[in-house]
Amino acid sequence: MEKILEVKDLHISFHTFSGEVQAIRGVNFDLLKGETLAIVGESGSGKSVTTKALMRLLPESNSEIKAGEILFDGKDLAKLSDKAMQKLRGKEISMIFQDPMTSLNPTMKIGKQIIEPIVKHQKLSKSAAKKRAIEILELVGIANPEVRFEQYPHQFSGGMRQRVVIAIALACNPKVLIADEPTTALDVTIQAQILELMKDLQKKIDTSIIFITHDLGVVANVADRVAVMYGGKIVEIGTVDEIFYNPQHPYTWGLISSMPTLDSDDEELYAIPGTPPDLLHPPKGDAFAPRNAYAMKIDLEKQPPMYKVSDTHYAATWLLHPDAPKVEPPPAVKRRQREFLEMKEGN
Amino acid sequence: MATTEKLVEIKNLKQYFNIGKANEVRAVNDISFDIYRGETLGLVGESGCGKSTTGRTIIRLYDATDGEVLFNGVNVHGKKSKAELKEFNRKMQMIFQDPQASLNPRMKVSDIIAEGIDIHGLAKSKEERKRRVVELLETVGLNKEHANRYPHEFSGGQRQRIGIARALAVEPEFIIADEPISALDVSIQAQVVNLMKKLQKEKGLTYLFIAHDLSMVKYISDRIGVMYFGKLVELAPADELYQNPIHPYTQSLLSAIPLPDPNYERNRKRKTYNPSVHQYTEDDDVQFREVKPGHFVQCSVKEWEQYKTQYAK
Ligand SMILES: Nc1ncnc2c1ncn2[C@@H]1O[C@H](COP(=O)(O)OP(=O)(O)OP(=O)(O)O)[C@@H](O)[C@H]1O
Ligand SMILES: Nc1ncnc2c1ncn2[C@@H]1O[C@H](COP(=O)(O)OP(=O)(O)OP(=O)(O)O)[C@@H](O)[C@H]1O
Ligand SMILES: [Mg+2]
Ligand SMILES: [Mg+2]
Repeated sequence: MEKILEVKDLHISFHTFSGEVQAIRGVNFDLLKGETLAIVGESGSGKSVTTKALMRLLPESNSEIKAGEILFDGKDLAKLSDKAMQKLRGKEISMIFQDPMTSLNPTMKIGKQIIEPIVKHQKLSKSAAKKRAIEILELVGIANPEVRFEQYPHQFSGGMRQRVVIAIALACNPKVLIADEPTTALDVTIQAQILELMKDLQKKIDTSIIFITHDLGVVANVADRVAVMYGGKIVEIGTVDEIFYNPQHPYTWGLISSMPTLDSDDEELYAIPGTPPDLLHPPKGDAFAPRNAYAMKIDLEKQPPMYKVSDTHYAATWLLHPDAPKVEPPPAVKRRQREFLEMKEGN
Repeated sequence: MATTEKLVEIKNLKQYFNIGKANEVRAVNDISFDIYRGETLGLVGESGCGKSTTGRTIIRLYDATDGEVLFNGVNVHGKKSKAELKEFNRKMQMIFQDPQASLNPRMKVSDIIAEGIDIHGLAKSKEERKRRVVELLETVGLNKEHANRYPHEFSGGQRQRIGIARALAVEPEFIIADEPISALDVSIQAQVVNLMKKLQKEKGLTYLFIAHDLSMVKYISDRIGVMYFGKLVELAPADELYQNPIHPYTQSLLSAIPLPDPNYERNRKRKTYNPSVHQYTEDDDVQFREVKPGHFVQCSVKEWEQYKTQYAK
């Protein structure tokens, strides 16, 4: 399949009072045309920073792309001029932010905020743009769009605001849509509608979607492929089935074990022990090693390379080294592997 | 841990916005329920149905349009002396949905967390204040290096944890948690939920837990209330609600829960809810009624009879 975006060896740092925060430490991935790539991972692992870099929306004052390339349409977005970038942003690449309040202007009516990008990028007349805006509001499930059009963000509930943000991002039929936790603020029925809407749109205009979320249920629903981030790196990447039914990295195992299921009533949920790595002083070895029950001596000394599990599945863990001892994954993961094997044999 | 002692009583609570104008919103429209000391009451429902407004009105961020809220038997919205008000403010805390908007960007994390400790004089010395801050940071999965940083230096999830630490700092009795974990990754969610459960056991805390993640709500809640368009449409013990959802909106909500299983998701069948199925007429006395012990549903008399034969064994 055609690659629409290639991220190569991306390194990003923040300069703060306490020193240099090495937030992104060598991220590589491709985005294929028409696919949905989900990015999951610990909070603070760099999901938002990575995707903000694609939009060049990192704070100019203290952030720095230290190395790497972001190839889109034959251009390196990491080095594009601000002016050229402005033309792309909101039109070719569009983003839905994690925090809907920060992406809406509290003093501007909702309608005006939706119309702005349409007028700017699509060169529609005001009245045509208004018609389109009301259509899109309807599309994202806002009742009485004509009335809502004239209201301000604080008059909307959290979930309604987020739907407006989604409406704005979709307004120009972007080639790449980056959605940073777009549905966390929504109830599951509206969430299901929005996910269906995004999938529909994807089919119609072949948009590629990068979808960041903590909800592995949502990942299972939308993703073609999944990238798992930890400590500023992608530690595992594969198809949605490979990640859910045959995960390899101990951090991915931890994630899967932490989820409550509808029938879990254990006294305690499993939580990965320890605290996230300090990116002011990133560890020499595998950043997950101090919290990893399966860590070996080498984990503390050297960063593991990406090992190939299949043509589509890669993981950065020393456990995949040919000389590594065979280990038992945690029960929740083993159960999944077993169920999946049975299912495969079943059909 | 849940007792039968009523800590919070919500009686015919109404919260309307823009009253009398064309854009009047009946965000909370006559709801009544009790919260027992030591329990976790989950509140779920469509986005925009009035969950946050309910929470905000209970904690007096809004004056109620009508109805009342009793906390420990005392009317929350009634007149109070300054000292009573201060004590009340300490006993009831809220964790907000939007961590970005609820943290002062110009304050250091340590001062944000210690604000309540200072106001209520809960630390005897500077050292104790500092120790408490570090303790709280660690309880929510951060560490002492984070104390001197500012909110913008944190990721979304990290900011939410700061909000939780701040609420815990004043040792409240009742916490309204408005989507406290939606911005967190699953492992931290597990940590925070374990933490909330542990604190509940140790300190007998009571929670109103507003959330969208229904697996998590089920896990943490003793009872769950389902809201739709400003009304409470169903209230039942957590397991009972998931096993026997009665109101068609609840059924639709439960059928939409995404599960972390790609194969299941490919074949999911979702029920949709259309309010017209009720075919209510003017004469129908639609009320919140008990269908089986502890299981309440908003329904007409006709539906009530039908539900009772169908569900009450
Ligand atoms: N403006 C900034 N200044 C300093 N550090 C920052 C800044 N923005 C982000 N960081 C740091 O970069 C790292 C990655 O943050 P990022 O927001 O990408 O996390 P995330 O994976 O999106 O987490 P979450 O799931 O909580 O949203 C974090 O350690 C964060 O503290
Ligand atoms: N300050 C306000 N002024 C006018 N209308 C408001 C105000 N706050 C909330 N509303 C309206 O009240 C209704 C309920 O909003 P609320 O925020 O309580 O919903 P919610 O159930 O918390 O939704 P979500 O799950 O999306 O957070 C919505 O229609 C909203 O637009
Ligand atoms: Mg983020
Ligand atoms: Mg809300």
